[in-house]
Amino acid sequence: MNRKLHISVVALVVVIFAFGAWLNLRHGKPPENGAVGGMVVNASIGGPFELTDHTGARFTDEDLAGDYALIYFGYTFCPDVCPTELGEIAVALDQLDKDADRVRPVMITIDPDRDTAEVLSEYVPLFHERLVGLTGTAEEVREVATSYRVFYRRFEDPNYTYYLMDHTSFVYLLAPSGEIAAMFRYGTPPEDMVTTIRQHMRGNARG
Amino acid sequence: MLKSLFAAALLVTTILPANGHEEKSENFTISHPWSRATAPSQKVGAVFMEIKNITGKEDRLIGASSPDAESTEIHGHIREGDIMRMRRVDGGIAVPANGSVKLVPGGFHIMLIGLNAPLLEETTIPLTLTFEHAGSVEIEAVVESAGASRSGGATKMEKMDHSKGHQMPGKSK
Repeated sequence: MNRKLHISVVALVVVIFAFGAWLNLRHGKPPENGAVGGMVVNASIGGPFELTDHTGARFTDEDLAGDYALIYFGYTFCPDVCPTELGEIAVALDQLDKDADRVRPVMITIDPDRDTAEVLSEYVPLFHERLVGLTGTAEEVREVATSYRVFYRRFEDPNYTYYLMDHTSFVYLLAPSGEIAAMFRYGTPPEDMVTTIRQHMRGNARG
Repeated sequence: MLKSLFAAALLVTTILPANGHEEKSENFTISHPWSRATAPSQKVGAVFMEIKNITGKEDRLIGASSPDAESTEIHGHIREGDIMRMRRVDGGIAVPANGSVKLVPGGFHIMLIGLNAPLLEETTIPLTLTFEHAGSVEIEAVVESAGASRSGGATKMEKMDHSKGHQMPGKSK
């Protein structure tokens, strides 16, 4: 009897917490506990996806299984924030040295209209020789962005001759199991990403 | 430890040529204007710099132009929580009297729209800045690696090519 009640209370707390985290993310305000050490947010973040890589081949979450991955959602018509984050990922990989072999860098576009596989194929090697660029149909991109709780919206204005994308700018650390191990906010120094990645790698080695 | 010292030394020798350059005009000192390499498919670039006003009168950066781009605009970011919204800054940017303004990643930049050709690392971009009072100032921005950031210059150790014989500029400014 007591045990049942206990489980119910725990379940309720988990649900409330998860809902709170979801609400926060929905409003672009993830929990304020920083990125270092792993901002484990909500087990339901992430999950399966089906996209196309920069070579034109189909690419799914299964292709990342067994490795760590650093995933960034951005777009190529973004001259500032996106190159900054991709540059930080490249620096983190350099700092990881030999451990970098266990980490796959991935950029998923939130602007599939502009970012075809061909466009990405010219873009991604500028940042890292192993960076995988992923695109898809508008629906495929919407699905993966939704499951990662990524906010993105096209900004169009008659005073502009082009459109821009408003978007959340996180780097996600995916564990070999496919679960999100941590999220890094815009501006997280690469050193802090490396610290967190190494902590997870050591944790896994012990387990 | 030694390794990181060595890495830091490498970084310094590689970055200084780009970051060390400074453009002077009658009214301003413009420190290391720089941009990032782009892919052929990328039609936009951003130029960053620090503008120091060496006069006692406030001025405003109200525009820019470059022969390398169809149009040039001043852009900034509105950061709402973790959502980044890049927007044109129509009123320009104030450069306070005897003060300075920094155009850095995540903040302000000069956006080059409709690049005529990809920006290649280690080349320069001619740029004309327009100030409300001081008028036009011609500068050249250095193109660094695509992933260069505020932490400075080259991002990839393997991209650091010492065969090109960078000179140490001696940072005499």
